Amino acid sequence: MTDAVIVAPIISVQQLRTAFGDHVIHDGLDLAVQPGEILSLVGGSGSGKTVLLRQMIGLMQPTSGSVTVFGRNLHTLQPTCRRLLSRRWGVLFQAGALFSALSVFDNVALPLRELRTLPEDLIRDATHARLVMVGLSTADGGKRPSDLSGGMIKRVALARALALDPALLFLDEPTAGLDPQRSDEFVDLVRGLHRQLGFTVVMITHDLDTLLALSSRVAVLADKRVLACATVEQILGVDHPFIRSFFGGERGRRALAPALSEESSHGKS
Amino acid sequence: MVDYQIVLVPFSLLALASLDPHVIPSSETPANAPIRLAGDICRIAGDWTVQSLASADQVAERRAQLARASSRTKWDLSHIARLDGVGALLLWHAWGQRWPAFIRISPGNRSVIDYLASLAGDPLAPPSAPDPLRGVRAVGGALLKAAWHALTLVRLLGQLALDVFGWLRAPAHGPWREVSAQVYRSGAQALGITALVGFLIGVVLSYLSASQLQTVGADQFIVRLLGVAITRELGPLLAAILVAGRSGSAMTAQLGVMRVTQELDALQVMGISVSQRLILPRVIALAMVMPLLVLWTGALALMGGMLAAYTQLGIPIGAFINALPEAISLANYGIGLIKGVAFGVTIALIGCHFGLLIEPNTDSLGRGTTTAVVTAITAVILVNAVFAISLRGVGL
Repeated sequence: MTDAVIVAPIISVQQLRTAFGDHVIHDGLDLAVQPGEILSLVGGSGSGKTVLLRQMIGLMQPTSGSVTVFGRNLHTLQPTCRRLLSRRWGVLFQAGALFSALSVFDNVALPLRELRTLPEDLIRDATHARLVMVGLSTADGGKRPSDLSGGMIKRVALARALALDPALLFLDEPTAGLDPQRSDEFVDLVRGLHRQLGFTVVMITHDLDTLLALSSRVAVLADKRVLACATVEQILGVDHPFIRSFFGGERGRRALAPALSEESSHGKS
Repeated sequence: MVDYQIVLVPFSLLALASLDPHVIPSSETPANAPIRLAGDICRIAGDWTVQSLASADQVAERRAQLARASSRTKWDLSHIARLDGVGALLLWHAWGQRWPAFIRISPGNRSVIDYLASLAGDPLAPPSAPDPLRGVRAVGGALLKAAWHALTLVRLLGQLALDVFGWLRAPAHGPWREVSAQVYRSGAQALGITALVGFLIGVVLSYLSASQLQTVGADQFIVRLLGVAITRELGPLLAAILVAGRSGSAMTAQLGVMRVTQELDALQVMGISVSQRLILPRVIALAMVMPLLVLWTGALALMGGMLAAYTQLGIPIGAFINALPEAISLANYGIGLIKGVAFGVTIALIGCHFGLLIEPNTDSLGRGTTTAVVTAITAVILVNAVFAISLRGVGL
């Protein structure tokens, strides 16, 4: 049995430059995301994290440079190929971006229905399985997105992002706006699903607890490029004003204390 | 004796597999046939993912083949390259939602199916049965809803009257700026479109009447005809319909979005009356602007009619203008202006009423805006009919 696994990056960003008029956001940015890891993007506000994420999912075009996902250059791809490719990733938007005109169940079923080849009974059971997987009950399926709490919206959005069993999951501020307990629950949920389903995660977060609990590697965006891309421990050794203020503040020390003593964060094995 | 069944390799499956650089099917995977039934051994292999099932007829084909297996079939799932929730579900359905007696499967894939097995006792709620009295209920519901809308509108009008008194008592605290902004937005910015539509309708009306009047030799009557029709009826109606579509819908959408983004709640929390700050300025502004727009639209329509009369009937422009004061009595002008005020208030009230009812979802926003415009135009035509009947002896 020779399981040929090519260890090529699942996403590779090369010499990326983004500019809006005179305002340069990225200049010569390089980043590689390895299969199976959970990579966190951090950076000050205005450092272009969200822009970078939007370029990775093909919502925005860089000024120059290339973004390669699953070995395909996103910005030179044929539209049909691109559509096929986009079925293989899921995106959890910051505010959930649930379709407010559809019920929770229909929101999660939508990606499956859009394939237009699956029979309805299969879709129904698959959607049901997804809802249960993210910790929602059958009764929640009939609710409208406007009736959900913030934590539920994130769960439904995660279920929808996972509907097609994607190999790649993008999370934009997954725990923003959640109270600490909901936030911890959500982190546990993502960690459990990551272990179970084995997808790759690219995540933007400001929340140090989430960052430490989930990331196998952290990419720090500063000075218009990726300043460092390594494990948290290695990042802490980099001397840069942003890293000092981000990890070195009161909150940072408090969050880091248990992580450093434990010396074991998820996803490294 | 092994009797291999021939299965056509779906092209898209190969295309999908080649798209993925990470998962190269291992060399031992037999040529991509997902199901091989040989004797009482069924070998499941290849990709059982939603991606591979996405191409047309894949699900139906695989289902048909799985259905041929019997309860004694021994299942060999050890050659599966990839299995995900949907693929596992397809197998699980084929097995009648329970584990088959004989199965060979890797632990990883077993856990995927185990998860489905754990859901088995948790079925979806059955869809509710259709209601035989649905039609009756719908009619009753619509009537009650209409009554409720009317009641709420009256309440809104009452609240606005109170707000006006409040404003009169303390004029300095009134929403002057908002009124001025609304006058500009729904008045000044509407001049272009009302002028264009008014002018064109004037031209068309004049052409049609001219050809009819010519046949009876009553050319000179065109001035009277156009004058009365435009100042009294067409000018106000045209302006009202345009404003309902333009400003009425904008009001609904604006208030609706403010509801969605909780801006209305924020105003209320700060002790700022929504009706006084948002609705009153819109109603007052439209009440001020509509008569002016009626005048403007009517003037442009008369101009269009005048030009058409000149080219079609050869009536000189000077003569047309000289005959106008005689044709249009002051009463007709007055009626047109009063109608304008009434239409303006109606449109603004209905636009704001539906705006406040928007629920925080996109569907409701779209439906609310449509309903507001349709209701506003219908109401304008109703009010116009009331005017026409009650003032039938005046000024004609």
